[in-house]
Amino acid sequence: MRGYFGKKTATAMALMATTSMAYANDVEVLHWWTSGGEAAALNVLKDDLAGQNIGWQDMPVAGGGGTQAMTVLRARVTSGNPPTAVQMLGFDITDWAMEGALADLNGVASDGGWAEVVPAALQQFAVYEDQWVSVPVNVHSTNWVWANKAIMDELGLSEPQTWDEFVAAMQAAQDAGYVGLAHGGQPWQDATIFDGVAMGVGGPEFYQSAFVDLDEDALGSDTMKEAFDRMGVLRGFVDDNFSGRDWNLASAMVINQEAAFQVMGDWAKGEFLNAGKVPGEDFLCFRLPGSQDQVTFNSDQFAMFSQGDAVSAEQAALAEAILSPSFQIAFNKVKGSVPARTDLDASDLDACGQRAYEEFRAAAASGNLYGSMAHGHANPAAVKNAMYDVITAHFNGEFDSATAVEELVTAVDIAK
Amino acid sequence: MSSNATATVVRTGSGARFVIYTLLALFSLFYLLPLYVMVVNSLKPLSEIQAGGMMALPNEWTFAPWSTAWSTAQIGVEATGLRPFFWNSIIMVVPAVAISTVLGALNGYVLTKWRFRGDTIIFGLLLFGCFIPFQMVLIPMARMLGIVGLAGTVPGLVFVHLVYGIGFSTLYFRNYYQQFPTELVRAAMIDGAGFFTIFRRIMLPSSGPIAVVCIIWQFTNIWNDFLFGASFSDFDSQPMTVALNNLVQSSTGVKEYNVHFAGAIMAALPTLFVYIVAGRYFVRGLMAGSVKG
Amino acid sequence: MSQVAQNRRRKDWLREALPKIVLSPSLAMVLVFVYGFIFFTFYLSFTDSRILPSYGLVGWENYSKLFRIRAWDTAVTNLLIFGSLYIVICCALGLTLAILLDQKIRAEGFIRTIYLYPMALSFIVTGTAWKWFLDPGIGLQAVVRGWGWESFTFDWIKDGDMAIYTIVIAAVWQTSGFVMAMFLAGLRGIDNEVLKAAQIDGASNFALYRRIVIPQLRPAFMSAFVVLSHMAIKSYDLVIALTGGGPGTATELPATFMYSYTFTRNQMGIGAASATIMLMAIAAIMVPYIYSELREKK
Repeated sequence: MRGYFGKKTATAMALMATTSMAYANDVEVLHWWTSGGEAAALNVLKDDLAGQNIGWQDMPVAGGGGTQAMTVLRARVTSGNPPTAVQMLGFDITDWAMEGALADLNGVASDGGWAEVVPAALQQFAVYEDQWVSVPVNVHSTNWVWANKAIMDELGLSEPQTWDEFVAAMQAAQDAGYVGLAHGGQPWQDATIFDGVAMGVGGPEFYQSAFVDLDEDALGSDTMKEAFDRMGVLRGFVDDNFSGRDWNLASAMVINQEAAFQVMGDWAKGEFLNAGKVPGEDFLCFRLPGSQDQVTFNSDQFAMFSQGDAVSAEQAALAEAILSPSFQIAFNKVKGSVPARTDLDASDLDACGQRAYEEFRAAAASGNLYGSMAHGHANPAAVKNAMYDVITAHFNGEFDSATAVEELVTAVDIAK
Repeated sequence: MSSNATATVVRTGSGARFVIYTLLALFSLFYLLPLYVMVVNSLKPLSEIQAGGMMALPNEWTFAPWSTAWSTAQIGVEATGLRPFFWNSIIMVVPAVAISTVLGALNGYVLTKWRFRGDTIIFGLLLFGCFIPFQMVLIPMARMLGIVGLAGTVPGLVFVHLVYGIGFSTLYFRNYYQQFPTELVRAAMIDGAGFFTIFRRIMLPSSGPIAVVCIIWQFTNIWNDFLFGASFSDFDSQPMTVALNNLVQSSTGVKEYNVHFAGAIMAALPTLFVYIVAGRYFVRGLMAGSVKG
Repeated sequence: MSQVAQNRRRKDWLREALPKIVLSPSLAMVLVFVYGFIFFTFYLSFTDSRILPSYGLVGWENYSKLFRIRAWDTAVTNLLIFGSLYIVICCALGLTLAILLDQKIRAEGFIRTIYLYPMALSFIVTGTAWKWFLDPGIGLQAVVRGWGWESFTFDWIKDGDMAIYTIVIAAVWQTSGFVMAMFLAGLRGIDNEVLKAAQIDGASNFALYRRIVIPQLRPAFMSAFVVLSHMAIKSYDLVIALTGGGPGTATELPATFMYSYTFTRNQMGIGAASATIMLMAIAAIMVPYIYSELREKK
């Protein structure tokens, strides 16, 4: 029912859109990359297109990790004036593809041999019903720990291999007067930690059935309770002033040697590099102990909005440019993420980047690449946010682990 | 103050006056504090902010954040600063404020001097419209704009602000004109003056104070609007608030708080200017209008 | 019929109709863009809309889901706390300031501008400053402790039970000056002769205000109530800028709830249901008020 009407309206909108396209040779790009480094990286893309005589009309809307931009997109599509290309994450792509609003990129994809170089876990979002609808720009992984090396050296700690060692390391740091875990109390940050913790407790099968398949038994299991218990343990190593803190300020605590560790996605690396720190010398990066073999990822992609029947020449050019090896390397060097294709030479990336790229390729090959729940790559927005609610409430002490498990089952049920 | 608005005749002793002035000064501090934080930190290098001391005066005074925010800060792909967006906001705000004020004045005039059966209900309908939450109208409004072909245009944006500003502007003018002696209007009618002549010759000349109130109100609301500005603008018509949001909310990278504060103050300057310039008429306008039953 | 009479009749007709013609665009806009959209939202609340409006009817499902969501309870309770405190404190503070400022104060214009200016700034602008100020690590608490008062604690914004009150503080900061201006205007409109007479009768200042002045400010209270309740219901920027609804969901308000379900969570049906309930609540408060206001004035 929904699909039928959705498709019909979307087609009508797309038709209207063709009439309102004033500039045939330009692409209008809606995105939320407005910080210096990201914008510089996008400029590479813009110049590339300029070389092909295609203009770039910039439509940045920052805020809330893209949620603001998604609201704007909703209004733009409803009004029949969608942008040409839109930065999107995970299930948002699927949702829009379901509405029939996205352009078919199969032609460009087969010319570029995308199916061979883009890992299946990414294709799950980029391809909808055998049709390429979006182009992945990068792959971020979220189960990283960032550590202050000076503190670790001072306390004689080595890279922890198991959960217990990690807890012991945080304890040691706390005993020595440091903050054990630097963390910002915002729902998505709480959930980012939860990703890695749940993966560590239950392993990939559990992660899959709880977060992707939304299996009620897995959600209500003792394993889930154990994951919440571990969140409680982590809460004990976070300072009291964490609530509402931005993630970059938490990173700054590690940089300034106030805190020993931070669990955060690889975008945090930029903060360290900007502060003049050197990977391996001043700070260390490693996977959250317990989840070393897995990579939980999120991937920024550009979806092309349908402008009528065929994909337009500009969109094809943009799509091709995004997945080109030179742009993939240039962009991801700046962004801290790794390329979305597995066939590149990563020697241009820094130590952490190379390690991340190796692990990403290994995980992709062995089927250990999982979409991050915290970043909308395991389940749709409604479910994701419902999980946020429970994880955050539990982390803030609103209820104990047993209640959290019950709440999780209910919340997911309402959101499904 | 103006001649018709005088302070109370209540007398106070010198001890009481001391208390009054102290209280007023303390409250001034409360109101000025956030502005102080913003100004002080916009004049510091970033390193000083990161070192802490939010309330401290800068050790090293710098205007660099201001020029960065104005002309070189990263807003999107290009490092344009806030400058280009300023104009976008102006060409949206000025017509929206002007039209909604004129329309409000005409409505108020009709509702008080040309009354007809059911006019109170119409006013009630207009007034209740003030309370509709804007988040709710986003999608249907987008659809409407698309249908009439105003999506992503400045006129479209002006129209949206007009629709949701009309309730308050009508309220202000109606309450103001209600105080206006109807006999004058009657007399003019008997002399044969028409609807618009009376409005232009008799009502408008005395509408100054309430027009100020209405303009201040509308200007503030429209200039500061983010939701409509972001949703109904195009790549070339994004208003100032959207640009400021892009500056402040950038997802990754070092947060340059000094630049953010400088940009924030800059974005607020036009409204501050309106308040300071028109502020002296503000109380007078309110007095004559909205607070009298 | 003579030409003259016909002309006159046409003129009369025009005279009759012109006011209505002038009013009609506004009425049409409001009917479509306010009431039409309200109806549309009401309809959506019974559909399975998720990312975009869709028209499969699902009955009361969205409402039953809505009432099972814990955050909705929190949001409603918060609006009651926030709304009542905000309106009461703004009125009390606004009245106090207006009375103080009405005592032939030197530099009145200057002080008035200081009280009034927060209204000019949007919370995208002042949110960061307030967030810093309230943050115990770098804000007021840190500063006061720096002065030597080591045990001073002000960490409401980090405390789930108290965070909603920090929203009240910031909101009061923003609008109380405006309310002050309204009351000041009201005070200036009071006939001084009555006050003089009462003074001669030996009434104290306190009695003057309580018995004569404040009762005459009723219209100002009414206007303040309309403006403040409008602001309270629409408070969105404020919460997003200060706490983002946190800690946890402790400062969620219906406006943030509705936005998040409609746009962030792609559950437009539930968002529409919450909007409908919000509107009904607004109507329950505002319609009697508007009705009584308009009746009196007839």
